Amino acid sequence: MSAVTDKTPQGGIHPSAPSLKHARLPKWAPAATAVGAIAVAVGIGMGAELSSKIQWGLIAVLLFVGTLHVLSSKVEGTRQAKDRLATSLLWVCFILAVIPLFSLIEYTIAKGLKVLDAAFLSHSMNGVITTETGGGIYHSLIGTLEQVGIATAMAAPIGLLTAIYLVEYGRGKLAKTVTFFVDVMTGVPSIVAGLFILSFWIIYLDFNFSGFAGAMALAILMMPVVVRSTEEMLKLVPNELREASLALGVPKWLTILRVVLPTAIGGIVTGVMLAIARITGETAPVLLLVYGSTAINNNPFDGPQDSLPLYVFQQWKNGNEPSYDRAWAAALVLIALVMAFNLLARGIARWKAPSGGRG
Amino acid sequence: MAKRIDVSGLSAYYGSAKAIEDISMTVEPRSVTAFIGPSGCGKSTFLRTLNRMHEVIPNAHVEGKVMLDDENLYASGVDPVAVRRTVGMVFQRPNPFPTMSIYDNVAAGLKLNGMRRKGDLDTLVEKSLKGANLWNEVKDRLNKPGAGLSGGQQQRLCIARAIAVEPQVLLMDEPCSALDPISTLAIEDLIGELKERFTIVIVTHNMQQAARVSDRTAFFNLAAVGQPGRLIEIDETERIFSNPSVQATEDYISGRFG
Repeated sequence: MSAVTDKTPQGGIHPSAPSLKHARLPKWAPAATAVGAIAVAVGIGMGAELSSKIQWGLIAVLLFVGTLHVLSSKVEGTRQAKDRLATSLLWVCFILAVIPLFSLIEYTIAKGLKVLDAAFLSHSMNGVITTETGGGIYHSLIGTLEQVGIATAMAAPIGLLTAIYLVEYGRGKLAKTVTFFVDVMTGVPSIVAGLFILSFWIIYLDFNFSGFAGAMALAILMMPVVVRSTEEMLKLVPNELREASLALGVPKWLTILRVVLPTAIGGIVTGVMLAIARITGETAPVLLLVYGSTAINNNPFDGPQDSLPLYVFQQWKNGNEPSYDRAWAAALVLIALVMAFNLLARGIARWKAPSGGRG
Repeated sequence: MAKRIDVSGLSAYYGSAKAIEDISMTVEPRSVTAFIGPSGCGKSTFLRTLNRMHEVIPNAHVEGKVMLDDENLYASGVDPVAVRRTVGMVFQRPNPFPTMSIYDNVAAGLKLNGMRRKGDLDTLVEKSLKGANLWNEVKDRLNKPGAGLSGGQQQRLCIARAIAVEPQVLLMDEPCSALDPISTLAIEDLIGELKERFTIVIVTHNMQQAARVSDRTAFFNLAAVGQPGRLIEIDETERIFSNPSVQATEDYISGRFG
């Protein structure tokens, strides 16, 4: 190659530089530029007495992206400079996306830890005067766990079986109709699901407010999510595995039960867990159907219960300092609960994933 | 054990598209019959009609008769599940069940068909793995996942899985096309042993392979693109490769087309 390029006349793609090497910025350059940009931005901000920290941030971002681009195009050439520009813009976007998440968690933890202790987790609000400290979320925690548990017990099997029908058996009009209604259900606002159960179960059939009524509305919200995620997971199972099983003379239902489902179980469980996490934070249907209560009610089938989102809402509505503290602490518990579901889902997915690959 | 297959006037369709047309042939028991022909001529489709795997594909259907000894596979009232227990199949790409161990893969067909006694299972798993020449390589790691084996071992695992349910006929759809020459040789040797017990039908793109392993060879071709595939001729492998009676066969074998 080099012997040939030596004799190549001027005018090729690299008329003067036949080498494959070229100058690079050192590895620490982006980090150093970022630190420098932030320092300069802070200097400008203080010097010009800009009050808004957002302005400081914008200046830092522009300095970082601009400086790195200029540096790179001077040292590394235009193609590398474009690469640097795209990379640094992506980093900025990533940080922008992460800021709200982290500040939300940080704020909730800071505010929530104030009253969060064992007593808070193990006591109800029964007999607590809302303008004073004390009381807890035990009744709401029980309510949330029971309502979400019942909703899952209703929605997960129906959703799973629907998905199995759609992927393994569904042909023609019926399957299309089912898919269409699942799509429609995905878009049902939670308040509408709540109103439907309210008018049907409580007003028309004349049942009392209860955790079960709330769970039914939550199940309506959860079902399409389970169907969708399970459907996707079942579609990922290679057809060859189904054929291998069928070719052994295994009936179709056993093939689905013993070959298809175990292969997809990790993803299915993750989908169900994420659906659970989604409905755990629902407030509207709970507000309409569970009604809210300050006392412990362990029976989800009779009488008003409470739930964590509802608790946060009501404490905030009380409008005084001790109630705000309780609301933050309950919000923290709610976030922790949802996070625990997510982590559990990931753990199960990793544990159940088909152990493939050459060892 | 092994059974004769008699096909007459068989056509297979995908939706309204005819994939193969009017095929009639006889497959002798305890022998190896090879199907050769260019891609898309319907060899695999025809193979899949022999154990009713064709109809697993949505909208696919079959016309004609496939007699297994004196039973028509397509007679009304015939259970496709029972057909597939009698006529086993090995696929082009090794497809062990990823959630199962080596042992469970071989035992899958037996277990899923209701065999539960541990002792019987152990015996049959060992017998099948020995039958597939895999026992010595895996006997110390039967509880390891089947997907951890090499490609050639996986394919022999699939053969062990297929013969574990004691079928009468074994269909092989290009079983060596994803394997290296050494694994291919291992499987070809295995085919030679298996034909003592089973009727074997093998689809292959490798003409040397057809010449090496088969007793009879069938040549498939299509008249033109978009036309259904047809059986051009079937004869003793030696005759097909030395003195075929149809010019197209000779052209294909000598590499003049396809």
